[in-house]
Amino acid sequence: MQYALGPVLWYWPTDTLEDFYQQAARSSADIIYLGEAVCSKRRATPYARWMALARELAASGKQVVLSTLALLQSPSELKELQRYVENGEFLVKEGMTRWCMPVEMSRDWLMQLLEQCETRGIRQQFEVEVLGYGHLPLALSARCFTARSENRAKDDCETCCINYPTGRRVDSQEGQQVFVLNGIQTMSGYCYNLGNDLAGMRDQVDCVRLSPQDVTTLAEIDRFRANENGQAPLMAAKGRDCNGYWRKLAGMTLAS
Amino acid sequence: MELLCPAGNLPAVRTAVENGADAVYVGLKDDTNARHFAGLNFTDKKLAEAARYLHQHRRKLHVAINTFAHPDGMGRWQRAIDVAAQNGADALILADIATLEYAATHYPQVERHLSVQASATNLEAIRFYHRHFNLQRVVLPRVLSIHQVKQLARSTPVPLEVFAFGSLCIMAEGRCYLSSWLTGESPNSAGACSPAKFVRWQQTPRGMESRLNEVLIDRYAPDESAGYPTLCKGRYVVNGKRYHVLEEPTSLNTLELLPELLRAGIASVKIEGRQRSPAYVADVARVWRQAIDRCKAQPEQFDVAPQWMQTLGDLSEGTQTTLGAYHREWQ
Repeated sequence: MQYALGPVLWYWPTDTLEDFYQQAARSSADIIYLGEAVCSKRRATPYARWMALARELAASGKQVVLSTLALLQSPSELKELQRYVENGEFLVKEGMTRWCMPVEMSRDWLMQLLEQCETRGIRQQFEVEVLGYGHLPLALSARCFTARSENRAKDDCETCCINYPTGRRVDSQEGQQVFVLNGIQTMSGYCYNLGNDLAGMRDQVDCVRLSPQDVTTLAEIDRFRANENGQAPLMAAKGRDCNGYWRKLAGMTLAS
Repeated sequence: MELLCPAGNLPAVRTAVENGADAVYVGLKDDTNARHFAGLNFTDKKLAEAARYLHQHRRKLHVAINTFAHPDGMGRWQRAIDVAAQNGADALILADIATLEYAATHYPQVERHLSVQASATNLEAIRFYHRHFNLQRVVLPRVLSIHQVKQLARSTPVPLEVFAFGSLCIMAEGRCYLSSWLTGESPNSAGACSPAKFVRWQQTPRGMESRLNEVLIDRYAPDESAGYPTLCKGRYVVNGKRYHVLEEPTSLNTLELLPELLRAGIASVKIEGRQRSPAYVADVARVWRQAIDRCKAQPEQFDVAPQWMQTLGDLSEGTQTTLGAYHREWQ
């Protein structure tokens, strides 16, 4: 099994980001996704810095994949995308080489789908990746919910999301953590954790993605590796962790 | 500019036409469309009847087959396309590239409209879909500002359709998993957001509570009217403050943008609400018919009549309306 670090979905200052990737270079991650994926107003780290980080990580033996905005609306955002696509170093070619399953899909769904790919003779043409750790990206909007939580309009946001390095917690009126706000993105209230489901991925999934929460996510990769066959189970707590989607249940569920 | 109205059954088709719809969109009785609700939608036979009625009145029938095919059920989505195409659909509203390809290769003569669920929010996305599936229409997601809509309208190779009125989805449609996060079922996978079978209202000493799969979505004071617990319209708590964290219960109403949409060459304005009653469809269609006709006749003098706003406001969620993302301030 390969392990990938997803793009940092939070808005971190460049120094924090560089510290994180220095440590990530020494982590056991095989693949590192890199770039701003949520909001085009987050400009603290410019193109040249991202590319420099990408080169350093590649030099340390990581496979580097450049990530770009998930929601593209304006011509200027398309232009920025084009810049990344035409970077000249990290190759882009048409056609899918790796497929990261949508987060709401289950193991059951995946197995059926892969069986059909096998029948069609295309299963060997791409790798399969599953997001297995972190607060899940659930939705994107034109509205910035972090700005709204500070009673600001998006045009006047002053990129206040930089003050919330792990997002803003949203509770129900009886204290259940339902969502996390991350700018225009709404994330799951609980942390997805498939660390105890890895045995069921064997021979089917090529790569498990961990979405960086903070620097402790790097150690989580080691815990996942140690438990690939179920020999070192991870602790999971109700009201904090979940694995429902993989088990074909409501996403927020934690099934044992 | 086409006025496109929703219908969940035959009476709604008729009342839409009687009140000025140019075209009507419907879904079949299964999870191949994003309003898969009990007691709603069309069997093969009813669909053929709707097509006959609409064509007699020189109106068009659009059929939404806009959920994402399941690996164990691709046949169901293909069958839905067969049924729609063979029973008189003028257009298919599609989101999944698998269904787009099937429709384009099997029924090239039936128009393909890219569903809002496909989430094409920029020019390159539209070009990509058009290059591969030869589209006649793109339905824009409700995340674009009016400025961005106009920008797209100037450069798109495919005519555009925009949402004009109805329930407001505030996320990029087709990419929102909030509903399955709480219930296991989402518009993409099951054809419904915040499905009714997970809803529970309960009077408690602390007030009326609305829940979705047991998660508390809102709690109402005695003087507040309790709404449907659509999860993005709930009241939650951030840093000790209780408010509508994502959006208030409100409906989209773009009447005042009509002259701009007309000038931009928008091909169709769409009314949301296949789950609504024929009476609702009649009231909304009547207002929009009048507004479009008046705007076309005298675009420079167009004013939104107060009685139109009154009628639409009364039909709205929480009896309030918004311009949504069209208006930058909302974002």
